[in-house]
Amino acid sequence: MTEPTATTSTGSPAGLGFRKARDRVVEAFLLMAALVAVFTTIAIVIVLVAESLPFFKVVPLKDFLTDTMWIPLFAEPRYGVLPLVAGTLVTTLVALAVAIPAGTIIAIYLSEFAPFKLRETIKPALELLGAVPTVVYGYFALMIVTPLLQKIIPGLPGFNMLSAGLVIGIMIIPYVASVSEDAMRSVPNYMREGSYAMGATRFQTATRVVVPGALSGIAAAYILGISRAVGETMVVAIAAGLQPNLTWDPTEPAATITAFIVQVSLGDLPHDSIGYQSIFAVGLVLMLMTLVFNIAGFSLTRKFRETY
Amino acid sequence: MHAATADAALQQIRADVNRRKIFDKIFVMVGLLIMFSALLVLVVLFIDLVQEGAPRLNWDFLTSFPSRKAERAGILSAWVGTSLIMLTTAAVSMPVGVAAAIYLEEYAPKNWVTAIIEINVTNLAGVPSIIYGLLALGLFVYQFNLGQSIAAAGLTLSLLILPIVIVATREALRAVPRAIREAAYALGATRWEVTAHHVLPYSTGGILTGMIIGLSRAIGETAPLITIGALSFIAFLPESPFKGEFPFFSFAWLREAFTAMPIQMFNWVSRPDPAFQVNAAAAGAILLGMTLLMNGVAIYVRYRFRKRINW
Repeated sequence: MTEPTATTSTGSPAGLGFRKARDRVVEAFLLMAALVAVFTTIAIVIVLVAESLPFFKVVPLKDFLTDTMWIPLFAEPRYGVLPLVAGTLVTTLVALAVAIPAGTIIAIYLSEFAPFKLRETIKPALELLGAVPTVVYGYFALMIVTPLLQKIIPGLPGFNMLSAGLVIGIMIIPYVASVSEDAMRSVPNYMREGSYAMGATRFQTATRVVVPGALSGIAAAYILGISRAVGETMVVAIAAGLQPNLTWDPTEPAATITAFIVQVSLGDLPHDSIGYQSIFAVGLVLMLMTLVFNIAGFSLTRKFRETY
Repeated sequence: MHAATADAALQQIRADVNRRKIFDKIFVMVGLLIMFSALLVLVVLFIDLVQEGAPRLNWDFLTSFPSRKAERAGILSAWVGTSLIMLTTAAVSMPVGVAAAIYLEEYAPKNWVTAIIEINVTNLAGVPSIIYGLLALGLFVYQFNLGQSIAAAGLTLSLLILPIVIVATREALRAVPRAIREAAYALGATRWEVTAHHVLPYSTGGILTGMIIGLSRAIGETAPLITIGALSFIAFLPESPFKGEFPFFSFAWLREAFTAMPIQMFNWVSRPDPAFQVNAAAAGAILLGMTLLMNGVAIYVRYRFRKRINW
């Protein structure tokens, strides 16, 4: 701590003038650190757009969006992004079919039913599910979940979107549960008490008072889950196969946008080849998809916002 | 109203409430079932990895380089690479993240610049990790000419965990009561003195927790490292950061090619030969064990600091 000095007026090193100047220098440094976040976003946009421009000079945007084949590394390449988008959407939908019901039920249970001690122990434990490295989840999908599913669904191929999607679903349960639970807990207690006073049970209060009241926060939780699922890479790269395949059937193998980027990165294509530039083009599509979900989520959140 | 009919009505209400309360019980059972099945997944996964990888979980595995022969391959270059990448990531993301959080929490005026920074931090948390890989490929590898090096990997993962560090630090700073700040201001401290001498010491626990959680996220990240071109077959170690003679340390390792634990595991898991799956399981057990350990330490640190401070 600065020693108290009686000589501030003489401008000693620890005087008020020096200390105020030091404050301004520090503030400038802190602001620069905070601006790193802004520069990162700008850099992401610039890199994705600039690096995919050469790609779109060769491939017309119309072909990119409407062609139904994605075979950029073949002798006669075709660049239709639809199969990759379909693969991404199918795995995401399977994941959501797991994570949304499970995550919501866990959130309602923890917020409305669980005793305090259980909630305080189980919440950090659940968050560990989201901390497991995704490459480990990939192993889980390929070596444990797929063989299990093959016993239930005969003829299921070794690589399939179903098992990858299920595992991504388990992975994003904590994101959905944790954010929904926070939203439900911020519903004021007098609303619950009003409901109990009318003779409603806990379950009725939870589903008809708390959940509607927390809908904007729950929507935000779902959006977070969707963003995670869309951008998930290693699970699909390991367990869903790397063949682009335009299908809506989750039991088939298919590549997602992210899996394709991994596949190209593992090869040794030269930096200026079109196959290489294509990863920035599909990366741009992935970024736009996440953006669309986030904007949709933002407007949903605004629409359902309740003020107490 | 007759007493008898009132009594009957009460009976009816009780029966009605009891009937509806059955749903409470069913829901509690369903909720517990789903929650414990989710946790069971984690337990089963860890046990399976340890069991499958057991034949390779020994000292040789830690001290051998990767090899074409599964039973002779090890993770020496992978864990050394991961350690050096984590060192770089911590060295970059800690000062930048904490400084950004201090600015947003203690300094930022309410204006459009602050609003833009806040929106960006929130959005970056939702950007898929592979996009950070593409950013790093375009920016660090080619523009800054860092190549496929430990420095490029460390910077990439720093950007990736920056939102986590910022959000956790802000929460820790916000938990310090206003009264502490006002008391310091009243004694004539400047804003930076208030922050550095009073607010930061009280929030160390929260900041450390956030940093550990961020690093535990970074340690398992695979996709961005693959994108910037991590190799999976590295049979040498980067130059040691410690030197026998003056100045006793060196940064030459920053420019060297690398592999990392998750990359090594991915390489083994994508091989058709089942012998390599044993290696993948062993590497996975170590990786998962490290992640769980880091999260456990984070929870413990948070608990200890929360207990020690009584406002």
